[in-house]
Amino acid sequence: MPGVHQMKRYSAFAVAREALRFHTGWERAWRSPEPRRRYDVVIVGAGGHGLATAYYLGKNFGITNVAVIEKGWLGGGNTGRNTTIIRSNYLQDPSAAIYEKARGLYETLSQDLNYNVMFSPRGVMMLAQTQHEIRGYQRTAHANALQGVETRFITPAEVKELCPIIELDGPRYPVLGALWQPRGGTARHDAVAWGYARACSAMGMDIIQKCEVTGIRSENGKVRGVDTTKGPIDCAKLGIVVAGHSGVLAEQAGFRLPIESLALQALVSEPIKPCMDVVVMANTVHGYMSQSDKGEMVIGGGTDGFNNYTQRGSFHHIEETVRALIETFPMISRLKMLRQWGGIVDMTGDRSPILSKTPIEGCFVNCGWGTGGFKAIPGSGWAMAELMAQGRSPLAEEFSLDRFRVGKFIDESVAAGVAH
Amino acid sequence: MSQRLPKGGRLIDRSTEMSFTFNGQTLHGYAGDTLASALLANDRMMVGRSFKYHRPRGVVASGAEEPNALINMGQGSRFEPNQRATTTELFSGLTARSQNHWPSLDFDVGAVNAHLSRFLPAGFYYKMFIHPRSFWKHVYEPFIRQSAGLGQAPTERDADTYEHFYAFADVLVIGGGIAGLEAARAAGASGAKVLVLEQTAHWGGRAPVDGGHVGGRPVEDYIDSLVAELQAMENVTLRSRCMGAGVYDHGYVLGYERLNDHRPGQDGPRHRLWRIRAKQIVTATGAIERPLSFAGNDVPGVMLASAMRDYVVNWGVTPGQRVVVATNNDDAYRTAIALKKAGVDVLRILDARETGGGALMNTARDMGIRIDCGRGIGKVTGGKRVKKVQICAQAGAGGALEEIACDAVAMSGGWSPVVHLWSHCGGKLLWDGDQAHFRPDPSRAPTGADGKPFVTVAGSANGHLGLDAILPDAGEAGRVAAQAAGFKPKRAAAVAVDPTTEAPMEPVWMMPAQARPALRAKAWLDYQNDVKVSDVRLAAQEGYESVEHTKRYTTLGMATDQGKLSNINGLATLADALGEAIPNVGTTTFRPPYTPISMGSIGGEARGAVFQPVRETPMYGWHDSHGADWEPVGQWRRPYAYVRPGETTHDAVMREVRNVREGVGMLDASTLGKIVVKGPDAGRFLDMLYTNMMSTLKPGKCRYGLMCSENGFLIDDGVVARIDEDTFLCHTTTGGADRIHAHMEEWLQTEWWDWQVYTANMTEQYAQIAVVGPKARVLLEKLGGMDLSKESLAFMEWRDGKIGSFDARVYRISFSGELSYEIAVPASQGQAFWDALMQAGADLGVMPYGTEALHILRAEKGFIMIGDETDGTVIPQDLGLNWAISKKKTDYLGKRAQSRDHMTDPTRWKLVGLETVDGSVIPDGAYAVAEGTNANGQRNTQGRVTSTYHSPTLGKGIAMGLVLNGPDRMGEVIDFPGTDGTVYKAKIVDPVFYDKDGEKQNV
Ligand SMILES: Cc1cc2nc3c(=O)[nH]c(=O)nc-3n(C[C@H](O)[C@H](O)[C@H](O)COP(=O)(O)OP(=O)(O)OC[C@H]3O[C@@H](n4cnc5c(N)ncnc54)[C@H](O)[C@@H]3O)c2cc1C
Repeated sequence: MPGVHQMKRYSAFAVAREALRFHTGWERAWRSPEPRRRYDVVIVGAGGHGLATAYYLGKNFGITNVAVIEKGWLGGGNTGRNTTIIRSNYLQDPSAAIYEKARGLYETLSQDLNYNVMFSPRGVMMLAQTQHEIRGYQRTAHANALQGVETRFITPAEVKELCPIIELDGPRYPVLGALWQPRGGTARHDAVAWGYARACSAMGMDIIQKCEVTGIRSENGKVRGVDTTKGPIDCAKLGIVVAGHSGVLAEQAGFRLPIESLALQALVSEPIKPCMDVVVMANTVHGYMSQSDKGEMVIGGGTDGFNNYTQRGSFHHIEETVRALIETFPMISRLKMLRQWGGIVDMTGDRSPILSKTPIEGCFVNCGWGTGGFKAIPGSGWAMAELMAQGRSPLAEEFSLDRFRVGKFIDESVAAGVAH
Repeated sequence: MSQRLPKGGRLIDRSTEMSFTFNGQTLHGYAGDTLASALLANDRMMVGRSFKYHRPRGVVASGAEEPNALINMGQGSRFEPNQRATTTELFSGLTARSQNHWPSLDFDVGAVNAHLSRFLPAGFYYKMFIHPRSFWKHVYEPFIRQSAGLGQAPTERDADTYEHFYAFADVLVIGGGIAGLEAARAAGASGAKVLVLEQTAHWGGRAPVDGGHVGGRPVEDYIDSLVAELQAMENVTLRSRCMGAGVYDHGYVLGYERLNDHRPGQDGPRHRLWRIRAKQIVTATGAIERPLSFAGNDVPGVMLASAMRDYVVNWGVTPGQRVVVATNNDDAYRTAIALKKAGVDVLRILDARETGGGALMNTARDMGIRIDCGRGIGKVTGGKRVKKVQICAQAGAGGALEEIACDAVAMSGGWSPVVHLWSHCGGKLLWDGDQAHFRPDPSRAPTGADGKPFVTVAGSANGHLGLDAILPDAGEAGRVAAQAAGFKPKRAAAVAVDPTTEAPMEPVWMMPAQARPALRAKAWLDYQNDVKVSDVRLAAQEGYESVEHTKRYTTLGMATDQGKLSNINGLATLADALGEAIPNVGTTTFRPPYTPISMGSIGGEARGAVFQPVRETPMYGWHDSHGADWEPVGQWRRPYAYVRPGETTHDAVMREVRNVREGVGMLDASTLGKIVVKGPDAGRFLDMLYTNMMSTLKPGKCRYGLMCSENGFLIDDGVVARIDEDTFLCHTTTGGADRIHAHMEEWLQTEWWDWQVYTANMTEQYAQIAVVGPKARVLLEKLGGMDLSKESLAFMEWRDGKIGSFDARVYRISFSGELSYEIAVPASQGQAFWDALMQAGADLGVMPYGTEALHILRAEKGFIMIGDETDGTVIPQDLGLNWAISKKKTDYLGKRAQSRDHMTDPTRWKLVGLETVDGSVIPDGAYAVAEGTNANGQRNTQGRVTSTYHSPTLGKGIAMGLVLNGPDRMGEVIDFPGTDGTVYKAKIVDPVFYDKDGEKQNV
């Protein structure tokens, strides 16, 4: 059993000290060990959710004999491809609970991990551009007030003040107001994965990259371990946290998931000086935008209409998204698109995640975060760890697989067309 | 200094002078200049500041790969940041300002970062700014944001227009260099329809600058004749200023044509986005020279050797007077020779190879240029301009052997094929150790739906660097593509080409090879983002070993040039640090677009009022001129209310409601979906689609129906009329028409494809007008025509007939509880019919009413509204609509779902009416609270409002809502807290507030 690794703390002082020796003294952020034969817990997928699950298993439950197995490089799935919007202004109680838990954890994540994840609570607004949307967001504002989520329905004038580059009186869909979450915002996606990975590694956990899980072994309905491209690994408990590939892993374990995999695309402009301090989502026209600390306008929209695994998308979605945002922010017309990309998102029928036991004892699944799971990473890891360690978690309760059998969906599309 | 040479410049026209401004100063250039060549001609080498350290930045390249020379261009509604000076054609009146500095390019406060650079290595921000917590948002982040970013943000609406073009090609050739042209000719000769895209304004690419002979003629002549030949071919289209931006699945390609960038303000679109379907694609995208990594390689005046040659040959400009050349290959000798021929002092060629080069080296030496082999640059010094070069042994650690004063350095680290377009859609690469570059792996090309390759690569893009290899390769690529596209290409006679006499290059990833840390920390890989050799090594040391991790940790290759200059050097540095072979490290993913393209071009024509087509009913214009306060509903616009002068919108709504209740009102109901379902199995089909029994409906009758999703949730409602035995007309909600039509088709096409049913969406074929109110019949009878009495047209019946002179279909249905006729006439007659009704009703006080009055009228009557009472989680049983669910049918969509545990749970919230105790209006979306909190600390709830209005008829606030055990709790008062703290108390009542017995609609 590997000892807990004393990691050197990051600070401005440490950077200054290292500068004097040309930074030759920095150690590895995480170890890259070969897998051992057996762990108490194996997590498949070193995305944000998998790493956070491992982290809270260690931190909250003292379970550190853990391996996180990743077929590519850690954080290289949707965690490293998303547009980093963090908000918790969800409508349904179970959603608001887990997303707000996550948002709250984000507030202190940099200090907690001793890694600056650049959580920037700059505020998120969702524009109301139809009467129907006004009513919908007013409903969300009421629900949020009772859920302990700070949101407010604001007027067009307030919208303009918070985001001067917005066009209020567009000829097609004037802005009629917005749902405003002042403590929503963004974070640096890679840093979230790296920060968790570093902290997990420091607790003695093994993060095994470039190792694909190819089979799941069980006996008498109980999980035994996994087969990987680096050999078999045994475990007492298994967490499958692989987003778009959840269906593939479930098939290896011998059950099915109500998940479809679709490409979701995003794009960035060339960097410009700061002109937008908040995150804006415009669901009627279907696009959203924020400005990264680097200065790029970060843009996203809807999913492609067909299932696939290619991580490429079709161009017409980019076109629709950009067109929608030119309407909302006319000044972007003379900016240029620097890069577009896609990720495979795992969509459930009700657009809510699955955090659940499975038909295989000891095997748990965390997936279905679809287009909006970056914001949930700390909360999801927290709840998943609790579920795996104790068999039960209030935050995960309603997100069980059983809800699809009894019809107890948690439908968020009620509140918004897109759910990033 | 850099300046215009007395002669030369194949692309400029010295007789046409153009003036432009740079940072407010007026300068001059010639027609044919790029902004970069014109700036250099005016000794403006330093043109910007880098991203992170705000280091001085000079022009380093001559084309799309330029990372430094980015400028704020234009003004006002034609302002654009980050314009690349090297690809900006000069025009008279161009205004350019340099970027990323304050207060000025020469004196930039942000440049302190450069002095602190040692404290700001890769990823420093992940390790710092952690404490105190609130400082990130309020102190650190605002500071970082302000010093990051490049150009200014535009502030105005774009004055230009954009358009999309759709094109089809058998063979699309991307790149109009000599290889592209040769491939196009080969493909064109087979009869294939060929389209050639070239990003610059000129054909021929690098070849005319690099020189050589084809068939005994100078290569430039050969290119001219190739172009002429292609222009004469009817099946070939040539587009210059048109870049291949991205290759997508199934041969879909984006072309980005810059029509007016070089002549702003002209009529017509600025950019045109070509959306091309090509059977086969040839990428002839050339190669890009790599910089060398030596300390100070970012000082303005250090330039790619090929770029320097371009400036001399193409634009008659020399970037310096005393030039040192550093290279690891023969090509840079061409630059030295070109400079020398142009009269520029070439002080030294430092060839990192111990044995030097081939024939070109001898030529250079014969011209009197001193060549040092096995030597490299230890360090370049100079702040805003190269001043000195320290020479060192390439094999050493950087000890200075000699120092020479100079004002420019030409560097060449070898060439990398432009593999972007090959790679966008999955084409794989292989490592060519001889050339030290990645090039397309022909055995792993992007494949189409048939599993066959659809991209071929030609010329330098394929790793060939000499004309003798490029021409046959390109011809073959054209033939292969034409053949794959189904044509029979002809083999062309080979032409004689100068043989290549170059000595092999030698990879040099660090100059000198054993450079000390202090030198590595000054050797730039990514000029724009300030990533140095030391940063990549640090990433490797810290475990960011995957190339993607390194890229993201250091920001290598994430600048606006997307690593065109830095990627391979960065990879090699990483591989070296990891002790791995370069191909094992791999490349990052190449994503479209090849170079940035304007958002405007992506959006195309559809902006402003035509962003989305406004669907207009035939009476749209009338509404607009009669005070309509428009509300977007789907793509339609519907009048929310008709506001009269002096009225508020609320006043108007109240007036409209009262007028319907007391007199007669008219509603434009044309937007409601009207879907015809026809065929022998139509009844059976509708029985599956609706919860009600529709097959038993008699022709001439109407029935209100509910549609559910497979999950049991109510998705739409509307009145179904049976037209004849085989034909039904299904009304849907306005927003539902297209969705429900698609829903019908999906079921028909995927599940019940053997049923004989057709559907047609006739929504726009009819104008439909609801004439509603106690005086409705009187009004209609004034027009004459068919019998509208209760006896011949009872409630829930329909008839075809005439009203006045209009052919009409009259439905006696009501969504308000009043006597009501919904009358459909052909769309072309809609306005005339509306006018006739308005005229006939004038003395009855007829008024139009809008959607809000409609909503209130239906709420007073307790009718549900899709989208208000439903939200995708509500089943008909929640809404007390069990009466509309057939018990006789064995199945309908949603039936099984509605029997699931959660759906039959007695604690589901149920529809009730709500009356505020004090008459006020409960806010939209309010929840009814219950005692206590749940396991996650959220306040418990016991219901919510679904619709809430002030009812002018009842003179108080009424609402509908879903409440726990609601129907059993009549009379109970529950609390609805508003978001402002006010608590609204409401009594649970029957949802039908008005005319509970339904007498009024039945008269
Ligand atoms: C374009 C885009 C924009 C988005 N924008 C937002 C946003 O603004 N806000 C927001 O909250 N969310 C957003 N999302 C969603 C968010 O990115 C995801 O929900 C979230 O990152 C999912 O994290 P994860 O850890 O579950 O999955 P991932 O990060 O995808 O991690 C899963 C990991 O499992 C690994 N894996 C798969 N199969 C195997 C195997 N057999 N063996 C081993 N490892 C395996 C994968 O390689 C991967 O690393 C966006 C997504 C995309 C694609």
